[in-house]
Amino acid sequence: MLNYLINGISLGSVYAIIALGYTMVYGIAKMLNFAHGDVIMIGGYVAFCTTSYLGWPVIPSVLVSIFVCMVLGIVIERLAYKPLRSATSLAVLITAIGVSYFLQNIALLIWTSNPKAFPNMVTLPSLVIGSLQISSVALVTIIANIVIMIVLTLFTSKTKMGKAMRAVSEDKDAARLMGINVDATISLTFAIGSGLAAIAGVLLCSAYPTLMPTTGAMPGIKAFTAAVFGGIGSIPGAMLGGILLGIIEIFGKAYISTQLSDAIVFSVLILILLVKPTGLLGKKINEKV
Amino acid sequence: MKRKLLAILLSTAMICSLTACGGTGSTGNTTDSTNDSTADNTVEENTADAGTDAGADNTADAGAENAGEGGSLTGTLKLGIIGPLTGGAALYGNAVDHGAQIAVEEINAVSSDFKIELNAQDDEHDAEKSVNAYNNLKDWSAQAIIGCVTTTPCVAVASEAYADRMFMLTPSASATSVTEGNDNVFQLCFSDPNQGSASAQYIDDNGLAENIAIIYNNSDAYSTGIYQTFQAKADELGMNVVSVTTFTDDTANDFSVQLTEAQNAEADLIFLPIYYTPASLIMQQAASMDYEVEMFGVDGMDGILSLEGFDTSLAEGVMLLTPFSADATDDLTSSFVSKFEGAHSETPSQFAADGYDCPYAIYEALKYYADNNGGLNVDGMSYEDICDILVSVFSDSNFSVDGVTGEGMTWTAAGEVNKAPKAVVIEDGVYVGL
Repeated sequence: MLNYLINGISLGSVYAIIALGYTMVYGIAKMLNFAHGDVIMIGGYVAFCTTSYLGWPVIPSVLVSIFVCMVLGIVIERLAYKPLRSATSLAVLITAIGVSYFLQNIALLIWTSNPKAFPNMVTLPSLVIGSLQISSVALVTIIANIVIMIVLTLFTSKTKMGKAMRAVSEDKDAARLMGINVDATISLTFAIGSGLAAIAGVLLCSAYPTLMPTTGAMPGIKAFTAAVFGGIGSIPGAMLGGILLGIIEIFGKAYISTQLSDAIVFSVLILILLVKPTGLLGKKINEKV
Repeated sequence: MKRKLLAILLSTAMICSLTACGGTGSTGNTTDSTNDSTADNTVEENTADAGTDAGADNTADAGAENAGEGGSLTGTLKLGIIGPLTGGAALYGNAVDHGAQIAVEEINAVSSDFKIELNAQDDEHDAEKSVNAYNNLKDWSAQAIIGCVTTTPCVAVASEAYADRMFMLTPSASATSVTEGNDNVFQLCFSDPNQGSASAQYIDDNGLAENIAIIYNNSDAYSTGIYQTFQAKADELGMNVVSVTTFTDDTANDFSVQLTEAQNAEADLIFLPIYYTPASLIMQQAASMDYEVEMFGVDGMDGILSLEGFDTSLAEGVMLLTPFSADATDDLTSSFVSKFEGAHSETPSQFAADGYDCPYAIYEALKYYADNNGGLNVDGMSYEDICDILVSVFSDSNFSVDGVTGEGMTWTAAGEVNKAPKAVVIEDGVYVGL
């Protein structure tokens, strides 16, 4: 029982860290970046290449991976999303799916479809309490989650850049009138979101060490679910949603059926959204008519 | 909206994952891209001189024993190959193509009156493109087809070929839907159900386990098919299956629940009728749980050792049933492996071996017919006639072929192959025959 709970939390913490990226971009730019899962995959590949081929130690390779993903995020935003800033949200959504396919196929060209086994980047001993065993990857993921959550919350509420972000998210035109550089702010949002994706990529692949061009796709969808579950746009919500999703998935598998685990997860999501359409911690939004 | 997106993303995942039988791996995949960038990838083996060095030391090949003096086989046979030479499944198609080329070079070098011309067409692991490839081969006046390499295209082409009366021998499409209702389609690889019952039989015969756990992928026809026949055979033999758990392509990353259940049920062997990618995760997670258990796989496990970056010590002691192991020491295998390594600087996978055996099986079948019917000249024969001949010979229980993927292969009229699977165990990072 307790073991399943810990397994659920470790799985959920991976979803949570991906969900943080989703929710960050959605909260500021008000768009669903469906390519987020694939940026994670790219981050994983970059970290894989620097450690396995170049033999770099963990910290620099993670930093390089973060850097590459941030640049990638800015480039994607500039090339694919910026020209559509005034288009309908549906057009942006479809573009995001296109970017997702594009990244997957680029990865297929560069790294081929052969799966790669990711080296474990977290080589600390696992924590043993009595008969319980918590793997170090899970611990690091949970700690990283909490740190990122706190830093992001402080960043958006206290710093000037963060305040600019919130202003942009509330009203782009008004923000521009107030002298905020909207384009730069949105680029920064994507850079932060993609940097988080790189960290998520490294942690995801350390926990489940197979790397393929489609690695990011399904965790991306699950994390999106987690973000909606917790209330998309809310940073603590993403964390809560991710962890709950992981726990529900593992418990569903363990006590109901391994065949139905996804069905259970998504039924819970539907139930929650029926009762609370904005998600667990979502803000109530008054639509202007 | 979200559900549509989910569907789109899931179908991407499906396209990118493979439905072929048996995963495989190549140690390095840098050599594959040389000549397969065009859809029309015609590889013609020039009959007279190409590769005469090949086959010189391999005259005692498949079924040469029945080369009686009943009649001679003459002419040039036009053989088409259909498989994914580009795209996500290119690894499989190219392996088959390369293997078949080596076999054809050998056959052409050994026999002076009979030649085979090969033409490989790309289907990109896509059913529609596969039918186009098939039509291209018909325009080229192919007389028989080796293919398709992967299951989904194979099903599509098989129904066309059935209507046309074109003979098909698939190297690696293992689903029963490939041969079902198509008397012109034969398989060189095991059909999925065969592997399950053969595995159960093997585990029981050798007393490998008291309590068996099974983890299979219930979103995959290959895995589910093997599981069902394994379970049926295990019930028949009175084996003790204590835990059956599943995963899907979408949940193929966390196996803690499945492993915990197997551990609580005190399973001492886990049967894994799955591809090597999830299997590598299962091994890694079992190790991190300190759960020491035997693992037993099928041909989908082939390739685990070439998974880039995988700690092969985790796979130590894993057993698998596979029709082909590259380090077998018999003459046939070692000659094939050394030629393949010489030509493509990588160890041949099971797909390459399947591809190698296909031209031989067709060659032997034609020779068998020629022996028993006072000779055969294939020049200009229609594919319908070739098909009738090949179907009658392949269905003949006296006809057998020795190849690198099995000795004394025979076929049922339904198109399934009978051959003894080879069991191997992984020791010190290599396959060792059991």
